Amino acid sequence: MDTPIIQFKDFSFKYNSQSAPTLKHLNLQIQKGEKILLAGPSGSGKSTIGRCLNGLIPNVDHGEIAGTCLVNGKDIAKTSLFALSFSTSTILQDSDSQFIGMTVGEDIAFSLENDQTPRAQMHAVVDKWAKELGLSELLKQAPQTLSGGQKQLVALAGVLVDESPILLFDEPLANLDPASGLKTIKLIDQIQAELHATVIIIEHRIEEVLAGRVDRIVLIDDGQIIADQTPNELLHTDLLEKDGVRLPLYVKALKKAHVDLQDIPLLTQVASLPTTNAISTKLTHWIQPQSAEEQRKTIPLLTLKQVGHRYDKHQRYPLEDVNVTINQGDFVSIVGQNGAGKTTLCRIICGFIANEGQVLFKDQDLAQQTIKERAEKIGYVMQDPNQMISQKMIFDEVALGLRLRNVPETEIKERVLKTLKICGLYPFRNWPISALSFGQKKRVTIASILVLAPELIILDEPTAGQDWKTYSEIMNFLRQLNQQGKTIMIITHDMHLMMEYTNRSLAFAKGKLIADTTPLELLTNPDLVAQASLRKTSLFELAQHYQIPNSADLIATYVNSEMERDHHE
Amino acid sequence: MNEDKVLGFQPGTGFIYELNATTKLIFLLLVSVACMVTYDTRFLAAICLLSVFCLKLSGIKWRQVSFVVKLILVFALLNLITVYLFQPSYGQNLYGSKNVIVNAGYFTLTQEELFYLFNLVLKYICSIPLLLLFLLTTNPSQFASSLNKIGVSYKIAYAVALALRYIPTIQNDYWSISVAQQARGNELSKKASLSKRIKGTLNIVKPLIFSSLTRIDTISTAMQLRRFGSKKKRTWYVYQPFKLPDYLVSLLALLLVAAVVWLWQINQGRFFNPFK
Repeated sequence: MDTPIIQFKDFSFKYNSQSAPTLKHLNLQIQKGEKILLAGPSGSGKSTIGRCLNGLIPNVDHGEIAGTCLVNGKDIAKTSLFALSFSTSTILQDSDSQFIGMTVGEDIAFSLENDQTPRAQMHAVVDKWAKELGLSELLKQAPQTLSGGQKQLVALAGVLVDESPILLFDEPLANLDPASGLKTIKLIDQIQAELHATVIIIEHRIEEVLAGRVDRIVLIDDGQIIADQTPNELLHTDLLEKDGVRLPLYVKALKKAHVDLQDIPLLTQVASLPTTNAISTKLTHWIQPQSAEEQRKTIPLLTLKQVGHRYDKHQRYPLEDVNVTINQGDFVSIVGQNGAGKTTLCRIICGFIANEGQVLFKDQDLAQQTIKERAEKIGYVMQDPNQMISQKMIFDEVALGLRLRNVPETEIKERVLKTLKICGLYPFRNWPISALSFGQKKRVTIASILVLAPELIILDEPTAGQDWKTYSEIMNFLRQLNQQGKTIMIITHDMHLMMEYTNRSLAFAKGKLIADTTPLELLTNPDLVAQASLRKTSLFELAQHYQIPNSADLIATYVNSEMERDHHE
Repeated sequence: MNEDKVLGFQPGTGFIYELNATTKLIFLLLVSVACMVTYDTRFLAAICLLSVFCLKLSGIKWRQVSFVVKLILVFALLNLITVYLFQPSYGQNLYGSKNVIVNAGYFTLTQEELFYLFNLVLKYICSIPLLLLFLLTTNPSQFASSLNKIGVSYKIAYAVALALRYIPTIQNDYWSISVAQQARGNELSKKASLSKRIKGTLNIVKPLIFSSLTRIDTISTAMQLRRFGSKKKRTWYVYQPFKLPDYLVSLLALLLVAAVVWLWQINQGRFFNPFK
């Protein structure tokens, strides 16, 4: 056997800023040409392992190292960041914030520029990779103007010019719509086959990554490796769920239907499941036929008439002509490709930007109302809580909106404490915000909006980039609010979130509202799925694979059993 | 947010856009220095016409620069007033004559002082359009490569270019944080008192600083991972070779400097004196 390209030997690491080590006695070997998925919940240390592989540890993040870590034969403790960058190429999580060049071409060329590649040769190399990844037409555009999938391609091209033996992807799916995510996974496979590279993917969305080939999953928890197995072996254990990593939906459905996973030789794809009668009987038995949903009485809350906005005259697909009525008690998901107009719509509703049409709230035209006045009816929660939080203490942050409205301090106290209780933040009321986790910060921002008692709350990608635990925490909380009567609209790329939590979907493509229907109907319409860059969840595939006539029943049964579980917790 | 309101490079076409960034930088520096040195009114007036003409030629819209121009006007006016208050008799000392317009003791206003102040105004009109023109028509990366070309370290050149490039991003961040704050009830419009608006702005600045710091951290990591700073020199993807118009424009800049030297001789000093 060859020497492994990556080798951790009894490796521990403690950041200088922390008291306890983040990685503990790691032993891991990765062979040349392997494709490894590093999985685990937030804070498990999986990103820290990535930072060892590209040399950020110990060159940028200082700390104490024990044991050794060899990358392509180099000891990371004794190698400079620059020297190691020839061995490991990193595609960072948020491709938006890592663009350096003004144009796509320049960004791809960045490392070549730093290597003093002559200009003619540099242009040749850039052109070659741009052609390979289908970016030739875009070389002169600003990377920020591209779609999420294209951005990922630019980031990828920018490291492929190095032709390093190791490619490291840090949560490559976090900011992508479902269809682009799938494309990225397929592309990684293709690139690896061409370059014979070793690929490491850090991701907690296992199901999506398994759409491509994966040799081994290394499961991390609390700085230790708790599993290092082939995906198939790992899916047969219950380690993933124990570690707080979401199982592929179809696997979970099989488990819920009491199918014995040990009887299934290959679990990694729906297509490879054996179509035995035993399994389909168990599934059919598990599925509870759903009674047609009783028609709720609909009371219109928000009516949009010919709503639209154009940012500037160069915009290719400005949002236009949106006509829709949101009813009281709706839980609406807004889906579609990046740049389709989802965020623009929410900004119009809140009055942040001008509107070509009309927005009515309970039959009252909002055109004359200021942002502040609208906020008492419609609350808006930004994607990044750090962009909303301006106070030090939790209480003050939640109280801010009331204080600015000159509400008497006694009433403020009462309303804030009540809101904190609803949001499960009451025990932390006197804490500084900096001590909270991402999920808790998100709750603080939701609380600070809730305290103004809006009837409609709009959230921009509340779960983007979050692990399963935080995801469930945020979404179950939103469901509670919805059950208490709040109308909720969320922008999301997560198809199962849409299925599990929302009862109505608005799909956008190229600036137009192309569908207003139930999540189920949206995903069962192949045209809409393609246009809005969506993707069916594996539960659909499962139903099809076992020829279950009504996939809606299967999905509803699944969602109901999840809700019961959450209820018990 | 409306793109046109952003003060930063936006791609365009035309003579000025196609000029090499180095050429534009040379022209800006030489002509600005020339205008700073000389007080020859005829020369300054000519450059004024030239720079306003160039601004017109580039097709830059008023709303793109209105905010900055207004800001500069306020400061220019303040500057003129303080220059006058500091020494109202400076003009007469300079030009060696005294033609009184308003007699008011220390504040006596003379034609000479007025003429001197007029020269200062012209200087503003000479250099500000050129500076705006440079900022709005020069691709920051090409600007960096031209700074590097004239001998500035590439790390500094790149830092400047990145800062320029991030102006629109940070303006955007400011905008989105600001609307979210306004929704919370933070009144920033003219309806609120000044002290409230200042306090309100602080509530926006804090998250803005933190998000910008995170941004800087990410981008510098990304740059290091791609070996920025590993060598003493680097090459530039966007570098443009000099073409004929570039030589001509650079030559014009040199001629203008020569003109200032020549005028110095004729005027026997920096000042053109019509009161003689």
